[in-house]
Amino acid sequence: MNLQQYNISENNFEQCIKCTVCTVYCPVVPLNEDFPGPKHAGPDGERLRLKDPDFFEKSLKYCLNCKRCEVACPSGVRIGDIIQSARIKHNTDTPKLRDMLLANTDFVGRMSTPLAPLVNMTLKLKPVKAVMDSVLKIDHRRVFPSYARQTFESWYRKHAAEQQQNFRKHVSYFHGCYANYNYPQLGKDLVKVMNAAGYGVHLLEKEKCCGVALISNGLINQATRQGKHNIASIRRSVVEQDMPVIGTSSTCIFTLRDEYPHLLHIDNADVRDRVELATRFLFRLIDEGKLKLVFRKDYKKRVAYHTACHMEKLGWAIYSTSLLRMIPGLDFVMLDSQCCGIAGTYGFKKENYRTSQGIGAPLFRQIESLGLDYVATDCETCKWQIEMSTSVPVMNPVSILAEALDVEATIQANR
Amino acid sequence: MKFDTIIIGGGLAGLVCGIRLQEGGHKCAMVSTGQSALHFSSGSFDLLATLPDGTPVEHPLEAMSRLESPHPYARIGADNIARYDREFPEMMKRAGIGLTGSATRNHYHFTPMGTMKKTWLTLDEFVTFDEPSRLPWHRVVLVNFPGFLDFYTKFIADEFEKAGVSCTPVQVTLPFIEKLRSNPTEMRSANIARTFDSTGHIDELLRELKPHCGEADAVVMPAVFGLSSPAPLEYLKEQLGKPLCPLATMPPSVPGIRMQQQLTKHFVHLGGTFMLGDTVDRADIENNEVKAVYTTNHADIRLTADHYILATGSFFSRGIIARPDSVYEPIFDLDVFYDTDRSKWYDADVFAPQRYMTFGVMTTDSFRALRKGVELTNLHAVGSVLSGHNALHEGCGGGVSIMSALHVADSLLNDK
Repeated sequence: MNLQQYNISENNFEQCIKCTVCTVYCPVVPLNEDFPGPKHAGPDGERLRLKDPDFFEKSLKYCLNCKRCEVACPSGVRIGDIIQSARIKHNTDTPKLRDMLLANTDFVGRMSTPLAPLVNMTLKLKPVKAVMDSVLKIDHRRVFPSYARQTFESWYRKHAAEQQQNFRKHVSYFHGCYANYNYPQLGKDLVKVMNAAGYGVHLLEKEKCCGVALISNGLINQATRQGKHNIASIRRSVVEQDMPVIGTSSTCIFTLRDEYPHLLHIDNADVRDRVELATRFLFRLIDEGKLKLVFRKDYKKRVAYHTACHMEKLGWAIYSTSLLRMIPGLDFVMLDSQCCGIAGTYGFKKENYRTSQGIGAPLFRQIESLGLDYVATDCETCKWQIEMSTSVPVMNPVSILAEALDVEATIQANR
Repeated sequence: MKFDTIIIGGGLAGLVCGIRLQEGGHKCAMVSTGQSALHFSSGSFDLLATLPDGTPVEHPLEAMSRLESPHPYARIGADNIARYDREFPEMMKRAGIGLTGSATRNHYHFTPMGTMKKTWLTLDEFVTFDEPSRLPWHRVVLVNFPGFLDFYTKFIADEFEKAGVSCTPVQVTLPFIEKLRSNPTEMRSANIARTFDSTGHIDELLRELKPHCGEADAVVMPAVFGLSSPAPLEYLKEQLGKPLCPLATMPPSVPGIRMQQQLTKHFVHLGGTFMLGDTVDRADIENNEVKAVYTTNHADIRLTADHYILATGSFFSRGIIARPDSVYEPIFDLDVFYDTDRSKWYDADVFAPQRYMTFGVMTTDSFRALRKGVELTNLHAVGSVLSGHNALHEGCGGGVSIMSALHVADSLLNDK
């Protein structure tokens, strides 16, 4: 008989000393009294759920999975993972049509890009929004990211693929759904910066959506299938071709590295260290004296950096901010690290709209008070939320680097 | 990543050291596994309440000469401690934190149980007393919110009655606090404080509270005001028309959280780099010199500096870790003082001084860390990771953190 079978979980809830620090930093607790809070939903509840799954509470769905509780925890408890794992294990509700639409960023993107102008216009129409609100429960106040006419992948194949062979060093780019379907310019900027740094950029073999939205909307089987496919492609790049994988979305990269093994049980140990954000990749090269970036002298912008929740969890904001600070004409401001409230598809749902905007309110006030040209952030959903809720345009740090970079001088400096 | 100094640990000792170094022109990075024990702060810092032999201390500065090395105070020296006693409250004021008290003479403050305890410095928002037995009031009202269980009104009322103060308990029911009760496990001080951060809520409290205060000389309440700024508390004090006596609650501590946030913000404002939610896992050491440290988040990207400071705390924050028969320091494998006979670690009487509380890393007189008996030339240890003191028994935890942090920071700054 295994005496511990009802006591030990795969996540480390037994490290919790009940100090309640996590609760102080949960962005949901102050705004939604239906959410029991990270300590209760996480380690406290886990202890009970191990004895009897009936202790599972549906209110766990109010968790943003922002992981700010984990960053605050002095005992290293993976509180967010405990909550998400419990949802995966115990939630028996079948996902609604709305959740499936929001979660399948890949599928919806593929359907939308060929009809981009039409889709973009339709999604702005008031009657359409009203129907989406009442039938699908997607809040009518939400502004949708627009779709591009041409995906990044198809632009890349036509205009960039060939030149990439001219470089001695190479990386693979996990572009994610956003750069592919909504904002290919980010992918183009990445290619520009990496090429200037002396690296050829390549696509992964049949990249699929990282699956973060599938996980949060309960489509676990599909998320696992896509995850296994992605790790296999990444393995071919990293192990067989010795090409590290870089990305421009903090959430995609966080999912590939940490959510895959923790929530989907996909073993990525052999490749995890070689999957990272482009800003971290570039910072390492500069830090080791292997790369020098030269910036335009006429570039003058006032930019504030917003630390996305998964960026906070990764602890990597310092790479993006260090690179931005290297731009001589960039007047840099660091925003207080706080959740913007969108959390992927969470803020799109009608029932979460009020919480979502309430969480972000202090951040929006700070942004409006600073007289900025741009907000910089490594997360695309933060970008939508901040652009919808403030008057300031939001850019990925890689796009700012691309805009400020003196390409010729950089190539010369690294000869 | 290159810095002048890397501080491992973002609690009281780490932050005090980091702020002092940044003020002195060092470029620092601080790596902190999570939020620190300041989240449980009583609102006071103790310097020395009892000598190791059990003699009570009224005048800490005078008593310093009776401590011997390896006690951290003996190593810092009474003259330095007297100087830091003057300089530390000034430094805290620059971070926006007001403190009352002096090392010349201990004062008294209330514990969350309503008993009186000796201490060195207390946040300005709390009431302090010169003598434990004489309170300046005859009658007080003791206010709590229904459903808030981290504030023990019965115990507190008993203590007031013992001191000859008549104490009337009052329960204040407010709609915005009642809402929190739907989630009883999260009916915590920080969540209550957050509701009072909203405009108008203090006014609602005042409306409910004032009719009960007629005869009272003072109003005693849980310290649940001002999570992100002291403004709601100041407004309450101003409008109440009577002395307000906040009492620290069971954790989390609202004044402690605010203090931690103010100190972190000040450190960052001075140009420091604060890495929260990251852990230093290991270090490169060559010729008794630390060359680099590696963290969980930064993996292969080395963090390098001229100086390194270990401020990782004691058992709670895993600055030192106990095995069944030994105690070790996990990052550098430093020499740790502990008893090889485990039966001597504890006293069965929980209120007796516990020997395990004195365990910690061993250092030279200038707080350089020792490894296999040899000093590491650029690694200093500060705060509760140090051996040679018993924070609980001697009432010296806050003081050791602050004094050792300032002392080491100054030695690095003077070294230049």
